[in-house]
Amino acid sequence: MPFIPHTEQDIKEMLAVIGETSIEALFDEIDDHLKIKKPLSLPPQLTEMELSRFMQERAQKDLAGLCYIGAGAYEHHIPAAVFDIASRGEWMTAYTPYQAEASQGTLQLLFEYQTMMSSLMSLDSSNASLYDGASALAEAILMAVRLSKQNQLSRIFIPRTVHPHYRDVVRAITQQQGIELVEVPYDVKTGQISVTELKTLAKEGMTALVIPQPNFFGILEEVDLLTDWAHAAKAKVIAVVNPMAMALLKPPGQWGTMGADIACGEGQPLGVPLASGGPYYGFLCCKQEWIRQLPGRVVGRTIDLSGKPGFVLTLQAREQHIRRAKATSNICTNQGWLVTASVIYMSLLGPNGLRQAALTSHHHTSLLRESLATIKGVRIPFQAPFFHELVVQFDLPVDVVLTELMRYHIQAGFNLRKTYPELGEALLICVTETKSPDDLQVLAKSLCDVLKKCVAVVSAADHSGSQ
Amino acid sequence: MSKLIFEQSRQGRSAAAQCPHTASYSPSIPSHLLRQDTPLLPEVSELQVVRHYTHLSQQNFSIDTHFYPLGSCTMKYNPRGVHRLAALEGFLKRHPLSLDEASQGFMACAYELQELLKEVTGMKAVSLTPMAGAQGEFAGVAMIRAYHASRQDMLRDEMLVPDAAHGTNPATAAQCGYRVREVSTDSNGNVAIEALRAAVGPHTAGIMLTNPSTLGVFEQHIQEIADIVHEAGGLLYYDGANLNAILGKVLPSQMGFDVMHMNLHKTFATPHGGGGPGGGPVAVNDRLIPFLPIPRVTKRGDTYHWLTAEDCPHSIGRLSAFMGNAGILLRAYMYARLLGKEGMQRVAEFATLNANYLLARLKQAGFTLAYPNRRATHEFIVTLKNEAKTLTIHALDVAKRLLDYHMHAPTMYFPLLVPECLLIEPTETECKETLDAFVDAMVQIIEEARHHPTLLKDAPHHLPVRRLDEVKAARELNLVYRAKFNDDVS
Repeated sequence: MPFIPHTEQDIKEMLAVIGETSIEALFDEIDDHLKIKKPLSLPPQLTEMELSRFMQERAQKDLAGLCYIGAGAYEHHIPAAVFDIASRGEWMTAYTPYQAEASQGTLQLLFEYQTMMSSLMSLDSSNASLYDGASALAEAILMAVRLSKQNQLSRIFIPRTVHPHYRDVVRAITQQQGIELVEVPYDVKTGQISVTELKTLAKEGMTALVIPQPNFFGILEEVDLLTDWAHAAKAKVIAVVNPMAMALLKPPGQWGTMGADIACGEGQPLGVPLASGGPYYGFLCCKQEWIRQLPGRVVGRTIDLSGKPGFVLTLQAREQHIRRAKATSNICTNQGWLVTASVIYMSLLGPNGLRQAALTSHHHTSLLRESLATIKGVRIPFQAPFFHELVVQFDLPVDVVLTELMRYHIQAGFNLRKTYPELGEALLICVTETKSPDDLQVLAKSLCDVLKKCVAVVSAADHSGSQ
Repeated sequence: MSKLIFEQSRQGRSAAAQCPHTASYSPSIPSHLLRQDTPLLPEVSELQVVRHYTHLSQQNFSIDTHFYPLGSCTMKYNPRGVHRLAALEGFLKRHPLSLDEASQGFMACAYELQELLKEVTGMKAVSLTPMAGAQGEFAGVAMIRAYHASRQDMLRDEMLVPDAAHGTNPATAAQCGYRVREVSTDSNGNVAIEALRAAVGPHTAGIMLTNPSTLGVFEQHIQEIADIVHEAGGLLYYDGANLNAILGKVLPSQMGFDVMHMNLHKTFATPHGGGGPGGGPVAVNDRLIPFLPIPRVTKRGDTYHWLTAEDCPHSIGRLSAFMGNAGILLRAYMYARLLGKEGMQRVAEFATLNANYLLARLKQAGFTLAYPNRRATHEFIVTLKNEAKTLTIHALDVAKRLLDYHMHAPTMYFPLLVPECLLIEPTETECKETLDAFVDAMVQIIEEARHHPTLLKDAPHHLPVRRLDEVKAARELNLVYRAKFNDDVS
């Protein structure tokens, strides 16, 4: 019996203490007809050795060469120490730190995390994490609605330059509460939020404006201008940002005159592997004045009986286990283990290492952009400053290009066909510090080959078709 | 407390092996979009980082180091093999948006996990995407809402929640736009049937129930409850937080539930990481299938495919950017494969055996049970209301003193219905010797309460910190380190 330590003798002794003769008797308060009668249809149990072999075969199937897909999940080098330390049982197998005195490790780490993340965002406060970037944006929007304290309908402006899956999640979570989501179009020349359209749409009122930095296309938004404009219109500003980029780019707390009110996003770039999309963690920071509307766990510093400093979960009066139906959110679990990895990652990189990782990613993207611009059949639609992603367009179907590049062991990017059909055959490519200049040359050359080959195939098909 | 990592920082120090080459590129980004100041991250060596976070970890209690009978949290052993295999390169490097042909390994596991969870719940379909129990609850209640809306049944604006429920239940119902109506509990720990009858009506959207309940007893009127709510046109939501008590023994579908979530970090032994990640898949019966959150995995022939919004137009939508806590799903899948058919049936049996043994021994030792006439399920409640009167000690004091005995405290002061309560859940992976040691510690602590009550009042004594002042923490908020703060106190 895997993981069950009982010997026959143990079972006998324990039943004797209880005063029963069988384990089955312990279930006598459950009506018989509710009980499972026929054996469950499940596979037989495996030993760890058998499972290892089986899983290695499965994992092997998903090894697919160099990955240039970004779109919200980014490959960065993760130092060996990160998961060596984070995988210690004391981190990994502890529960939420309800017993503070027995959880000072987790609590101090979370306090250090709150410090690092709020400083990266240049805001006053941070919670101890949420599920992921998309759900963090939904929570940020609900928070902004609570802050606005208006009786009229809440109108949240969410640009189309925000990750399409984030917009889906926001819709799924906020639609239950009668919040109006207003999509703001982008400028087709720059790939930035269209300020003209934004101003027109805002005439009917605006509760909050979401500003992505960088945006889904990898393009940088004019954050100062947008923040000041939104504040002038008495709206809250919610930043949704890549935290690694904030080592290089102006952070939300410094946008415009007043700074963004709330900053959120996906913590994954800071030391968490791609791993099929999770577990990652969402972060949420805000100005001090909004702290009582912040959802999720928060750690505070205090003292013990003898006056020594220590840490506890605090502001619990906002939370579901106290406020129940009146809580700021239903959230209970956060993503503590990933925050552990992230804090170790940020400590190892330090301010310079993090900036250098961001800068190298940006630089390599610039290199790729230059070389792709010279390839026939590749267009770069957006002319604006960018971070570490770029959109390219082809004359040929993107899915064909992607499938062909798989033969070169390259996953070239995210196909924009479904989410941005107006861009035609467009691909979103991401380059981080993990790709060397040599890798980039291989990508450019492979793409060149594939395009030539596909053009030949397509024109041959056209030719035979016209006969 | 240990020195903060920031207090170990020296300007100019770094873990140089972790810094990408330092050629100074000048970014092609206008200066008004660039950061001018330096964020407060530590400048420390790799050894300092390793030592600091190893040292901090040693200030935690965890399953790997301590008995952790935290009621309603199912702190069972998290198999190491599962953790290692989840970190195979093919799984770690797979991008969530990789093409299907480069994802068949992961998708096969996800598909088979969906099938396994269907089998152990008796439900008809599963979505794996919710990232924790509370998000699973959200998905479930949102589906109930979508179901009523699809039938133009728009008057149902009230969700019933027993007063013993987890706090997430009413919070979730409120987040889904429902009014919450509490239903009381009878003296045996069951839902008060007359109160339920009085509460249901044309405004009832459904009821959220945990079974066994948070009181550690099996809801004996579950079928009557199901009939009453169904007759009123409502649906039954099963909060799977306590699924460990019935895994392999009773199917939630058989009890009449229409929709449920599971807590993979409880029942399926995935690590809880000091507060997450969790995993909260939802399972539904036939009538709710169209509303399941996306994406899900389906199988056509020998290949696996994603079901997305195009395939599921009535879905309540997407709850995570990608595929939920995928790595947790992998771990739960592997745990289920290690248990297999044989092991799965034994989970509830041995969780229940351990709980009833512990209950019997504590009862013999003179402790008062909240529901003395009931069987324990996988957990049970001891109330210290008598000790509070005669010895003027509280559940909190006993809990804190247990820490000195190197045991994590049970859940305290929950459920709110029982005064001075400790909710105790040993789980099936603990051996008899550990349970005996817990009883000995409890007996010893009550003995101390008689003769040296300060040992309890001032506990813990042997941990890195003494009892912490939560009131001060909330009044004088100190949530981030500032160099200045350090100067002030020195």
